[in-house]
Amino acid sequence: MGASSTVPARDPAGNSTGQSRAAKGPRFRFRKPGILPGFGISLGFAVTYLSLVVLIPLSAIFLKTATMHWPRFVATVTSPRVMASYRLTFGASFLGAAIDAFFGFIVAWVLARYSFPGKRIADAMVDLPFALPTAVAGISLTSLYAPNGWLGRYLVPLGINVVFTRLGVVVALTFVGLPFVVRSVQPVIQELGSDVEEASASLGANAWQTFSRVIFPTVVPALLTGFTLAFARGLGEYGSVIFISGNMPMHTEITSLLIVSKLEQYDYAGATAIASVMLLTSFALLLVINGLQARTRKFEEKS
Amino acid sequence: MSASRKSTLGRSGESAIVRWTLICIALLFLTFFLVLPLASVFAEAFANGWRTYVESVRDPDALAAIRLTLLASGIAVSMNLLFGLMAAWAISRFSFWGKNLLVSLIDLPLAVSPVVSGLIFVLLFGLHGWFGGWLDDHNIRILFAVPAVVIATIFVTFPFVARELIPFMQAQGSEEEEAALVLGASPWKTFYSITLPNIRWSLLYGVILCSARAMGEFGAVSVVSGHIRGETNTLPLQVEILYNEYNFAAAFSVASLLSLVAVATLAVKKIIEDQAGVRGGQV
Repeated sequence: MGASSTVPARDPAGNSTGQSRAAKGPRFRFRKPGILPGFGISLGFAVTYLSLVVLIPLSAIFLKTATMHWPRFVATVTSPRVMASYRLTFGASFLGAAIDAFFGFIVAWVLARYSFPGKRIADAMVDLPFALPTAVAGISLTSLYAPNGWLGRYLVPLGINVVFTRLGVVVALTFVGLPFVVRSVQPVIQELGSDVEEASASLGANAWQTFSRVIFPTVVPALLTGFTLAFARGLGEYGSVIFISGNMPMHTEITSLLIVSKLEQYDYAGATAIASVMLLTSFALLLVINGLQARTRKFEEKS
Repeated sequence: MSASRKSTLGRSGESAIVRWTLICIALLFLTFFLVLPLASVFAEAFANGWRTYVESVRDPDALAAIRLTLLASGIAVSMNLLFGLMAAWAISRFSFWGKNLLVSLIDLPLAVSPVVSGLIFVLLFGLHGWFGGWLDDHNIRILFAVPAVVIATIFVTFPFVARELIPFMQAQGSEEEEAALVLGASPWKTFYSITLPNIRWSLLYGVILCSARAMGEFGAVSVVSGHIRGETNTLPLQVEILYNEYNFAAAFSVASLLSLVAVATLAVKKIIEDQAGVRGGQV
């Protein structure tokens, strides 16, 4: 199982020698002693499985990139078609996440504070984009906004074309990102103590002042977390976008699709180069998200 | 005076007009962005009547896709369930060096986009990949075959059970298990009669999220499957193929099956949240 190689400092007899070791005074110990069993096998399995399924496969992408000729790598990831796809992917993800932040905040506020008919269903529906397969979301959004679709038949005569345009990409990314904002913000609004609001009101603040000076600043870290999560999800999104975007090079082609078309042409090096850029961006965003979540937690602990 | 104030004003003193305006904005947004897309799947699926619907769902390729989807998600969920239990036990019950790093690494697949997740396995098992030559020499097909579909599904759903269980078990602490062990229960007995009943809702929650994602995964599976009809097509890939052939009624019929799974997932998820007070993290 690989336990022995991954758990170097574990003594073979398990827990029984823990005390005699501790008696020898302070020294580096891989784990603290206790009476619970199964440390070696559970950690051994977890680390082995993690390495086989995630770490080793993921390293392939960076090792493959490292073997690439540097000027060729730069030329690949900065070619005009790829640059156009970055602009679309980043721009549409940003817009989608911004729309989600605005409406998601209202949805979270309403769900956390008010009672109204259908609230439980509305609350459950928020997670639909998590549960609905992206390909299904893609084809249903496309049919909805098509010229003869339920929404398209009213929008197209007004000159608002969603299908096969950049606006379509924004609509799809707004769909997939919504739950991230709502589920980040909702618990924070729920936890807000009524004492601060009452204090603010008793000191003579009106509702808007209480909201903008007392409530909103408390929710900002969570809102930023939700925005960043939605943005990060949008960058990598594939299934819900490709049907509605029409995939015209330089115009409505997202970066994920470009990776797929490079693969279909057996240009593995090119696909890997673009993928490594996307992967580094996601990891950087992951760090930002972790920092934001740590701030949100600090806020919650304080209050 | 205070009683009537409470009934017409919200907690921070907003008026009923503000309250109902916000509720209407929220409900309209949810209707346009969530309810209509879901409803349109079923409307399009039944656009040509029941007969077409039943025929599309009973098509041999569609049935093969259902079988493959169930196989891949079944394997992925059980593997990741085993991993989730092991990882959560190690992380929540022991303190050891490098624990925080391990917790962060478990979430890694969530940061990898679906297409890139698929690409990783092309680089490993493709003809020019790390193991491609060796696999080809031994006549083992992984890429563009069922094994790659299963492996890609395992990768994208990897963290789902673990990230539900770890915080839950950490919050719960190990006093009950320690008490059972001190009183002479065997490790297995302790696990079955103390740990498992305690974590059952959280475990079920993770399994439900994991299987919903496993059945619906598109990008990663699309890259590694090779799109062979009746062989390596999962349900979402079957939807794509039918749609690209302009066979819309059939595409939406197959999509409606996935949508039913999604609605069931949401319902069960909500029930668990309400009944057991389990509230999941982000997916």
